[in-house]
Amino acid sequence: MSSRAGDAQARSTADAVARRSYGKLVAFLAARTRDMAAAEDALSEAFASALADWPRSGCPPNPEAWLLTVARRKLIDVGRRRRSGEIATAQLQLLAEGLAAAAAEPEIPDQRLALMFACAHPAIEASIRAPLILQGVLGLEAKRISSAFLTSPAAMGKRLVRAKNKLRQAGIPFRVPERAELPGRLDTVLDAIYAAFTEGWADPDGTDVVRRDLSEEAMFLARLVSELLPSAPEALGLLALMLHAEARRRARRNACGEYVPLAEQDPASWNSQMIGEAEALLRRASTLGSIGRYQLEAALQSAHVHRCRTGRANWAEVVQLYDALFALAGSPVVAVNRALAIAETHGAGTALEAMQALAADVRLAEYQPYWAARAELLTRTGALGEARRAYAIAIGLERDPAVRRFLQRRQSALPA
Amino acid sequence: MQYILMLYSEEAGWSGLTSAEQKHWMAAYQAYTEALAKANVLRGGSHLESISTATTVRVVNGKSQVLDGPFMDSKEQLGGYFIIEVPDLDAAISWAARCPGASHGVVEVRALGAPPAP
Repeated sequence: MSSRAGDAQARSTADAVARRSYGKLVAFLAARTRDMAAAEDALSEAFASALADWPRSGCPPNPEAWLLTVARRKLIDVGRRRRSGEIATAQLQLLAEGLAAAAAEPEIPDQRLALMFACAHPAIEASIRAPLILQGVLGLEAKRISSAFLTSPAAMGKRLVRAKNKLRQAGIPFRVPERAELPGRLDTVLDAIYAAFTEGWADPDGTDVVRRDLSEEAMFLARLVSELLPSAPEALGLLALMLHAEARRRARRNACGEYVPLAEQDPASWNSQMIGEAEALLRRASTLGSIGRYQLEAALQSAHVHRCRTGRANWAEVVQLYDALFALAGSPVVAVNRALAIAETHGAGTALEAMQALAADVRLAEYQPYWAARAELLTRTGALGEARRAYAIAIGLERDPAVRRFLQRRQSALPA
Repeated sequence: MQYILMLYSEEAGWSGLTSAEQKHWMAAYQAYTEALAKANVLRGGSHLESISTATTVRVVNGKSQVLDGPFMDSKEQLGGYFIIEVPDLDAAISWAARCPGASHGVVEVRALGAPPAP
């Protein structure tokens, strides 16, 4: 084999292993050392060695075990180099022996779930949990994560380092919590995955590659969690919710790239396979006897889909679901959507009254859907001057140009 | 790993309690300390005398400045601490949650730095 062909083959094998096993390898190493940063460093050095070694010696029969063996050696070096004061030599020796035994196993145990629970630990600041999971389980670079979360790569990098230091120094365990505390702890993992998904979701065209990829990655994580915890109803609910959103992603734009609201979308343009999968997940979740935020949100999506497909109004059911969701997670965002459903059952006036209670919430001052909903309801009650002003605020707050144009059209369609 | 549980609370709150209530809390602390000892995780701890006994020392340009009063002038003050040895943060948190101090004030959990390698 020419060295060039060997290079190419080594690279493609390394890429394939990275895609398949990166998170598993990091999780496995981190679970033993409680040191995510060292695990990542060691693994990236192991991949670099693979690219140097495999073209010469050929790809090993078990590339994962090869990488694990090299990473183990690097890890001990990294440990010595970085913090000789922190970890005793005897402990390192034990660690090395444990890893040697594990590297001899045919299959590396999957501890990605344990890694996710560590990254989403309540002692880790909430806003860094999603980036931490994206980096640890999927190996995304700080640069890619930062642009999706609208922050600078340097700032994101620093925050990731700080969080990993806390994981190590505070002794946060890399393990799946006991059954009794699992539901509460799982919530933080699911919230982090959903945060990654919604960041990706903000780009409905899928033109922004970073964002589109992020929602795909989040979907992968949600699938992973629901496979590893098949009897956790909220994990199934989250995946169902994401599938519903994903199924309608493309329908949110017409051929000219203009925004299409749900009521005007053509149900035939939705991905019915994804919707079918979401419905099946939701049914399975409902047999597990514990309702939660994500199941309710998925059920709402399901109700919207059903209404649009059959043309039969189901707003009373939708209001009920929002009531349940509001009782569970009383967020102003839920209240805004609930008010819009109330407008369909009791009229725009009643809906505006329901929304009046929210006016004092400072979180809504910068929340575009609140102002758009208000504008819509005010238009229906004939308060056109107020509606125009509410549209102006909504337009000023929107960052997606297509949605901005949509709101501008609505505003200028108001009778003078 | 070793952790310190730092108990912060309002000192005025304590003096405002009836003596029966004070007894109740003291019994709760005693039971908690015994539970820590029985689980073999207790490595040290004490309550602190009143903040009126606090003195702050700082050396500036070789000259020591000694001031009456605590370093931090906040409503909730450090009133005591426990040092425990447990496998990880989750275990430390669950002991912190059992501490009576967590129900009348707050408990800050911090890992102690590992001793230098031999």
